[in-house]
Amino acid sequence: MGKYIGKSVKRVEDPRFIQGQGKYVANLKLPNMAHVTILRSPHAHANIKSINTDAAKAMEGVINVFTGQDLIDGGVGKMPVIWQVPDNKIPDRWPLVPDKVRHVGDSVAAVVAEDAYIATDALDLIEVDYEVLEATIGAKATTENGKPLVHDEIENNISFKWGLGDREACDKAFEEADHVVKLDLINQRMIANAMEPRACAAQWTAATEDMTVWTTSQNPHIIRFGLSAVTLPMLDEHKLRVISPDVGGGFGSKIFHYPEEVIVPWIARKINRPCKWVATRSESFMTDSQGRDHVQNCKMALKSDGTITGLYAELHADMGAYLSSIAPLIPTVICITLFSGLYKNPGIWGETTGTLTNTVPVDAYRGAGRPEASYLVERLVDVAAQELKMDPIEIRRKNFIGKDEFPYQTPVAFLYDSGDYHGMFDKLEENADYKGMRAAQAKAKEDGRLVGIGIGGSVEASGYGPAATVGALGFYGGMWEHGAIRVHPTGKVTVFTGSHAHGQGHETTFAQIVADKLGLDVADVDVVHGDTDLVTQGMGTYGSRSAAVGGEALSNAAKSIREKLVALAAHLMEVSEDDLVYDDENGNVQVKGVPDKSKPFAELAFAAYSGHSLPEGMDPGLETSAYYNPGNFTFPSSAHLVQVEVDKDTGEIEIQKYIAVEDCGNVINPMVVEGQIVGGIVQGVGQALYEHGIYDDDGQLVSGSMLDYTMPRADNFPMIDSDRIETPSPSNSLGVKGVGEMGSITSPPAVVNAVVDALSDYDVKHIDMPLTSEKIWNIIQANGG
Amino acid sequence: MAHNITMTVNGQACTGSVEARTLLVDFLRDHLGLTGTNIGCDTSQCGACTIMMDDQAIKSCTALAVQADGREIMTIEGLATNGDLHPLQQAFWDEHGLQCGYCTPGMIMSGVGLLDQNPEPTESEIRHGLEGNICRCTGYQNIVKAVQSASQAMKGGS
Repeated sequence: MGKYIGKSVKRVEDPRFIQGQGKYVANLKLPNMAHVTILRSPHAHANIKSINTDAAKAMEGVINVFTGQDLIDGGVGKMPVIWQVPDNKIPDRWPLVPDKVRHVGDSVAAVVAEDAYIATDALDLIEVDYEVLEATIGAKATTENGKPLVHDEIENNISFKWGLGDREACDKAFEEADHVVKLDLINQRMIANAMEPRACAAQWTAATEDMTVWTTSQNPHIIRFGLSAVTLPMLDEHKLRVISPDVGGGFGSKIFHYPEEVIVPWIARKINRPCKWVATRSESFMTDSQGRDHVQNCKMALKSDGTITGLYAELHADMGAYLSSIAPLIPTVICITLFSGLYKNPGIWGETTGTLTNTVPVDAYRGAGRPEASYLVERLVDVAAQELKMDPIEIRRKNFIGKDEFPYQTPVAFLYDSGDYHGMFDKLEENADYKGMRAAQAKAKEDGRLVGIGIGGSVEASGYGPAATVGALGFYGGMWEHGAIRVHPTGKVTVFTGSHAHGQGHETTFAQIVADKLGLDVADVDVVHGDTDLVTQGMGTYGSRSAAVGGEALSNAAKSIREKLVALAAHLMEVSEDDLVYDDENGNVQVKGVPDKSKPFAELAFAAYSGHSLPEGMDPGLETSAYYNPGNFTFPSSAHLVQVEVDKDTGEIEIQKYIAVEDCGNVINPMVVEGQIVGGIVQGVGQALYEHGIYDDDGQLVSGSMLDYTMPRADNFPMIDSDRIETPSPSNSLGVKGVGEMGSITSPPAVVNAVVDALSDYDVKHIDMPLTSEKIWNIIQANGG
Repeated sequence: MAHNITMTVNGQACTGSVEARTLLVDFLRDHLGLTGTNIGCDTSQCGACTIMMDDQAIKSCTALAVQADGREIMTIEGLATNGDLHPLQQAFWDEHGLQCGYCTPGMIMSGVGLLDQNPEPTESEIRHGLEGNICRCTGYQNIVKAVQSASQAMKGGS
């Protein structure tokens, strides 16, 4: 811990947001800017027989209208899939479809006009003759013989199969089991709904062939690479600048390279005018890659004393109509690797079938594969406790990996770095007064009230990830991070990071890291991110990687700055470097034991730039950059306890208490960490209780607006009690683990476990999410009210 | 057909010529350049575009610009006075009541409307008062705390 690391420093990014000065893409206005709108398919599956754009083109204020064929003729490439598993069948996906639409919202044509109102009006004048085809819906159902093919060349709509684990040990566990728990689960389709709809703007300078693209991305450097290497190959990477300024939430949905990021710059170049497209919320529902959507058939093998010996799971993952950028990763590598959960379990096997349907593509959504794993594991454990008549915490404790067993190798590839699951649950029980809660629950049940207590516990892999490992598992790039530190001649500091903040607060937390490592005032450190011309390289923010990978890169860069300052001070003071010490409090370099013989940070910075007197071989200047490639992932863990009460008459569920204990290792800013945890919990409760992307048999998204897709609101919650333990990660020098996704990984099973517990007097083993009051009311009615 | 409208926005008289269908939020953002008010949905559900019109918090994506003719409008840009943050702005900062910041202007304006009508709301009244505004980042907890803290600060100041 230093002056700042570990302290709740107030966020430096807040003054602009609370005064309405956020710099979001939609706010951008450039001289002569035109507006782009996109015609969306109303059908889930149809051949485009013809498109007539004449009337739209003739409309006053319309500059031009383009079809998919126009873009193909104009040199665009297909949308890339940058994480592929072995034998992955990759369907073609064009930025604008030329011949066939495959989900409602698929992009058919683009209008560019003088303003947004005209561009929207013109969409109605485009005549498309569709030959409507039968749609195929449902992760598992779509693979049945005779179902329509989403892509003719992909048999049975199966894009990939992927398995992991020790099949032999798994089979043996079930042969020898005293008790087997079986569950068929649905992890429903989720829609991220970041509050800022996606947007893209582009400016082409014909004379110099420079392109600038503004886009609502979590990783602008990856978009720059994707555009110049694949989708707009006529753009050179060194003349392409991608800027993701303030981005209003991502939750995974803004990782991906989207068609509009191709369409808008292509048009800007074509018409030689700046262009902007801003999604309506309806477009967000129809085009932002969605999340989850698994059918999970699973079982757990146990001894009669509750010892877990095996887990077997078959997953069918609905990938939607195309494979979004990293989609194959989500239900495979990132999911099955967490089937061990917090537990010692020698016999694990999991396999995933990734299927194509006439729905919006599915990719990472907060947690991304990990909530799907934790839900399956934690529901199985809870049902096992119920069937073996054990307390749900007791059965978990019986199987925990012990504090002294780390690093712990699971049978599903991961080497867990550190943890203290018993200690975490000790704190949970204490903070919740678990025994007291159980006693009160028993009393409430005697009074006829449906009160339930649910437990959830998870571990996740964050800090993605070691480049060679992710490469071996199917990623095209590396998952290192880049950071740079520029000390100015006055001693003020600019920090450049390839991580991207869209709510996480890096401008504050990364400044805390650098200020501590250089002994500076945090106000003298400014953090820059989200611009490929300012930050030379970067991998962006997802997989809870920023602090553990991006923060570590900056920590390493600071070390180089310190080394140069010490060498320079030794030269100027004519002493040996061994006689000097770097003062972490104020950045001065001083002679050991002689505090008044020292060189202040700012004086050394100026000396480095003046270059008047430098050691032999030292160049002027004081800036450095570092790449950090992590040696392992980090493994945060969490324990949640939730109390609900079900209203017998309405089926409504009230969350009465929510207690959480997380272990994300060392903490840079406790206030920011708690914000991430509480926000994640509420988002996960949204999955458990409210949210559901529902498609009807024709492939229409029935819950396609915020009127129909229910999200958590302020009045759905009590104050959440969030606490932490700290087992520092040995994977990085900061000792940090990822925290952004933990809440949403652990809360869905905790809430479902609580509601099933509340209904323990009824004949209920499992209820699929979301636990709407209608579902609960029907269960109560079916059991005599 | 163009309609000429006049309104007071953040204390200043503004005029404009708009189509009848021009949304108030588009007038504020595109005509007046007040981009602090964000657009989060198209069904009046999310509240990101909340502003004050004649002392009422309203969603400016479902009001027409012509409806604001002759009215007094305040947006997030007009909330601080002489460089001093409004107590609710300050409280959002102090309590970590925002993450990505996109819902924040609307959330603050809703909070201002709430505190205007009920200067000392209970936690439950705050939660109900803000249920027309969606935040996807914070889980609302620190927003509720910010409104509580601003309520206390404003009480102390009055």
